[in-house]
Amino acid sequence: MNAMLTIKDLHVSVDGKAILNGIDLTINAGEVHAIMGPNGSGKSTFSQVLAGREQFEVTHGSIHYADQDLLTLPPEDRARAGIFLAFQYPVEIPGVSNIYLLRTALNTIRKQRGETELDAMDFLTLVKERAALMRMDEDLLYRSVNTGFSGGEKKRNEILQLLLLEPRLAILDETDSGLDIDALQVVANGINSLRDNSRAFLLVTHYQRLLDYIKPDFVHVLTAGRLVKSGGPELALELEQRGYGWLEEATAGATP
Amino acid sequence: MAIPNTQINHLLDREYAAGFVTDIDTDRVPPGLNEDAIRLISAKKQEPQFLLDWRLKAYRHWQTMPLPQWSSVHYPPIDYNAISYYSSPKSRKHAPASLEEIDPKLLETYAKLGIPLEEQELLAGVAVDAVFDSVSVATTYKNKLAEHGIIFCSFSEAVRDHPDLIQQYLGSVVPPTDNFYASLNSAVFSDGSFVFVPKGVRCPMELSTYFRINAANTGQFERTLIIAEEGSYVSYLEGCTAPMRDENQLHAAVVELVALKDAQIRYSTVQNWYPGDAQGRGGIYNFVTKRGACRGDNAHISWTQVETGSAITWKYPSVILEGDNAIGEFYSVALTNNFQQADTGTKMIHIGKNTRSTIISKGISARQGRNAYRGLVKVLKGADGARNYTQCDSLLIGDRCGAHTFPYIEVKNPTARVEHEASTSRIGEDQLFYCRSRGLSAEDAVTLIVNGFCKQVFNELPMEFAVEAQKLLGVNLEGAVG
Amino acid sequence: MSIPQPAYQETYLRLHGDLPGAGAAWMTHMRNSALSAFQQQGFPDTRVEAWKYTDLRSLGRHAFTPASDSGEITEAALEPWLFNHEPMHRLVFVDGRLALKLCPFQTLLSGAALTSLAAVLEQCPDELENLLGHTLDADRPGFDTMNTAFLQDGAYLKLERDAVLEQPVHLLFISTGQAERMTTVRNIITAGPGSSATVIESWVALGDAVSLTNTITEIVLAENASLQHYKLEQECDSATHIGGTYVRQQRDSRFTSHSITLGGQLVRNELDVNLAGRGAECALNGLTITHGRQHVDNNTRINHHQPYASSNEWYKGILDDRSRTVFSGRIVVHPDAQKTRAQQSNHSLLLSADAEADARPQFEIYADNVQCTHGCTVGALDADALFYLRTRALDSETARKLLVYAFAADVLERMRLEPVRRYLERQLAGRLAGSDALLQGTLLH
Repeated sequence: MNAMLTIKDLHVSVDGKAILNGIDLTINAGEVHAIMGPNGSGKSTFSQVLAGREQFEVTHGSIHYADQDLLTLPPEDRARAGIFLAFQYPVEIPGVSNIYLLRTALNTIRKQRGETELDAMDFLTLVKERAALMRMDEDLLYRSVNTGFSGGEKKRNEILQLLLLEPRLAILDETDSGLDIDALQVVANGINSLRDNSRAFLLVTHYQRLLDYIKPDFVHVLTAGRLVKSGGPELALELEQRGYGWLEEATAGATP
Repeated sequence: MAIPNTQINHLLDREYAAGFVTDIDTDRVPPGLNEDAIRLISAKKQEPQFLLDWRLKAYRHWQTMPLPQWSSVHYPPIDYNAISYYSSPKSRKHAPASLEEIDPKLLETYAKLGIPLEEQELLAGVAVDAVFDSVSVATTYKNKLAEHGIIFCSFSEAVRDHPDLIQQYLGSVVPPTDNFYASLNSAVFSDGSFVFVPKGVRCPMELSTYFRINAANTGQFERTLIIAEEGSYVSYLEGCTAPMRDENQLHAAVVELVALKDAQIRYSTVQNWYPGDAQGRGGIYNFVTKRGACRGDNAHISWTQVETGSAITWKYPSVILEGDNAIGEFYSVALTNNFQQADTGTKMIHIGKNTRSTIISKGISARQGRNAYRGLVKVLKGADGARNYTQCDSLLIGDRCGAHTFPYIEVKNPTARVEHEASTSRIGEDQLFYCRSRGLSAEDAVTLIVNGFCKQVFNELPMEFAVEAQKLLGVNLEGAVG
Repeated sequence: MSIPQPAYQETYLRLHGDLPGAGAAWMTHMRNSALSAFQQQGFPDTRVEAWKYTDLRSLGRHAFTPASDSGEITEAALEPWLFNHEPMHRLVFVDGRLALKLCPFQTLLSGAALTSLAAVLEQCPDELENLLGHTLDADRPGFDTMNTAFLQDGAYLKLERDAVLEQPVHLLFISTGQAERMTTVRNIITAGPGSSATVIESWVALGDAVSLTNTITEIVLAENASLQHYKLEQECDSATHIGGTYVRQQRDSRFTSHSITLGGQLVRNELDVNLAGRGAECALNGLTITHGRQHVDNNTRINHHQPYASSNEWYKGILDDRSRTVFSGRIVVHPDAQKTRAQQSNHSLLLSADAEADARPQFEIYADNVQCTHGCTVGALDADALFYLRTRALDSETARKLLVYAFAADVLERMRLEPVRRYLERQLAGRLAGSDALLQGTLLH
């Protein structure tokens, strides 16, 4: 089985400051990986580098998506190739209606996949269905992207996009932060509904609770820009009880 | 008075030294502002006595006025004595011989805006004979209007052919004492447009300055007067999207609109003044006083403008809502780029009963541009039932530009309803990255956002103007992000 | 800058030994310092910018004293304010002190504790040493110090990590109507990470006596916690209510406030929110309905300290007769608070020519990548809308009431807690329709 995402010795800096200090990770299709870590560990940087954010400089290492060198692709091409990032802080885009963005994005990606574009009517039916699944008010579809949305609505809008675009690799950056239990369940259901053998998920999370609803196959801990420990779902519970301190100490001891 | 402005002097000196003809009767009045210069101007234009008196009165008043100060806009002092206040239609003696002598950047812009070659030559002032049969086109236009009793001609012609109307309405909306630049304009105005629409007539076509004779010579001190009699309708378009170069940096125009009972005037402007080079040098200073008076009941005046360019823009189109149920509207998109500064806004004065005003002001600032919106909504004591809705939105592109909003709301009537909304948003790297991560390109994203932002205003423009306006913004914003 | 209040010194000396927490040195010290500060400051006068529109001189002419013992109140007397017996965790305070007899026995989930603040101050004061007073801003003149000096009781709600309270907590504060009484209350709510609860404060009174209520509710929300706070001010026509709600939020937490003012002669609602963590969110809703010569001053302050936080204010007022409202909404976006989203709306409806609404929206923005919008309207009913309803056979009085109700309704619509919303809808319909049952029915469709 070909690995979907292969990351080798990745080093990333921002404004000359090193944030990621050598990440090795392989994700195969069908797997759900969770990355946990304390504040400032580099979790968000990691997600955004995968999506192609230019202000982050890859100083060393490689990222391959199937057999493609991902680092040569600009963000829109990564999106068209089936990579989706659900943002931790989805930005507002006044003047661009939500439904317009959704349809344009979907049709661009469908075209890339060799599928026919959806016309307005079919798309509307599809999006309303998904919006209902995400318990989102229909009128949010017609507002400008994320404009005036509450934090919870923004996160659900991200998952709505996930459901519509059906990516092969979904990276979810702290999607659970700031969500009530109800919303958390809706979001988790949405994500779980897409799990299958052809898809992979990378969940970046600060709070363990999400992993009660989306059972990961692998859990990794990111501290000071390195993946210091990997394990199964029980690792998340251990972190919940013990915090990150014991791992940070162990790592500090180990670094020269 | 003022310290000599070296930039203006430099340009004028050049003109003065190179182009000055000894016979002052035919070409130019020497630079300098004094009563003799004014008398000379009036004589050259063969104006009736009442108008000369009017000019002189304005000039005398202007001399007593202090220089205006605005905190938001900075420009070097202007030496009014160094300006020549009259010149005949653009002298062709030193015009470029062909398009090859024109700044290639300018040509590039013309191409992007889709302007045909002949028009490009005309706009660039190339000295070619009769390439574009503007005179005959304009004449056909004029005859069609005459059938409806509509007068549309240059201001100077109107003074000659319809002095009674001029005497009745000139200065009735913007009196010569109104402000510094209006005063100056009243003393030395050169030319402009005159429109008169008789009772009950709906003007069958959009009146465009393009078809006015000598359209290319808009001059520095333009004076425009539009009168719509009872029950009439007219839509007037001003300006064009091609960047207007002019050796005269100071523009101080006055536009007066008079709408009588049940009449409606729509005044649209799409202006793309030369903004100066990338360092902001040599741009036009555009100071305009535009005001409409809804004199009669149910009168309706709307100002719609899309402005880019000019190093400094200072203009406040206003509407005075005298009649009952009068309506005033203001829709504006102002784009400032590089080192441009704009201080614009509108004034709505509610006097009659049940009057309504709507203000939608959109400012886009890119690079180091600065936009200030200054709006006044004034509801006088007797203005029962007055309603106003104001929305001012600023869109900042990049992180070095700024926008400020100074709304002034003065309500002296308890039954009035005044609503004000303001918002500031940014197109930055975040928004672009978000769109790109969803498969859209950066250019598409910027275009989408800007058009979405301006939609409300573009919808108010006559169709061709709206298309031009969109193109204009596109060209001006190229490369503004990142 | 002040209206000095020497009489309170004597009252304090007489009573302070009986106030809860007298056995804890830190509490005594805090009270003593507070009293000195209060003696120095007195009540703020109108030269203090934050009190520009609210004149306290009449307040200064009374010498309020705490009730020596709580009056007696029967369970039946509480009936109108129990939200139709909707199941809630309830504490009842009479004249500012917990009335145990009136509190129904309830089991809370493990992980949450709800008790009287006085009890905690007496039995385990250490628990509160690092909590009490820590959300207060030393800059606020006047009433905070008076509250610290004289506080008698209040509620202490503590939520452990991930605790979720299904039923709302109802704090019912009722005054027995003794004249010249002052009630000083301090509530403390601390929510652990990931926890969630709804708290309702009802302020009601029997009779109509000149009184002073000085209350402060301190709220601390840890990361990812969520709190819905309802405050209903329905005291009598002669009451003065000075109420502060001070909130500190950590990252990803959510705070929603619904502040409804229907009663009281002079009411000052201070609401301070410190968004101290990234991604925190707050929504502040307010509805003020005034008549007679009521004066209600809503003073909000939102501080954005960290990036990605968002705030939303929606305050509406309906004024009649010669009443007056003030809305002062200050939003400060500190330099590090990039990507802030702040929205503020304030709308006032004037039903009479003598009513006055003053609005002061103030934005202080020190970060350059933020999105802030504000909207403000003051006006009378829409003549077009009135006419429309009349052409549909409604008489002008009914049409007027319908429109007024509609104006208030959208604030109520933001309330997730149905029993409270329904209760307020009835209150509102009652006020507008008076005894007209048919109209009431119409308004409540």
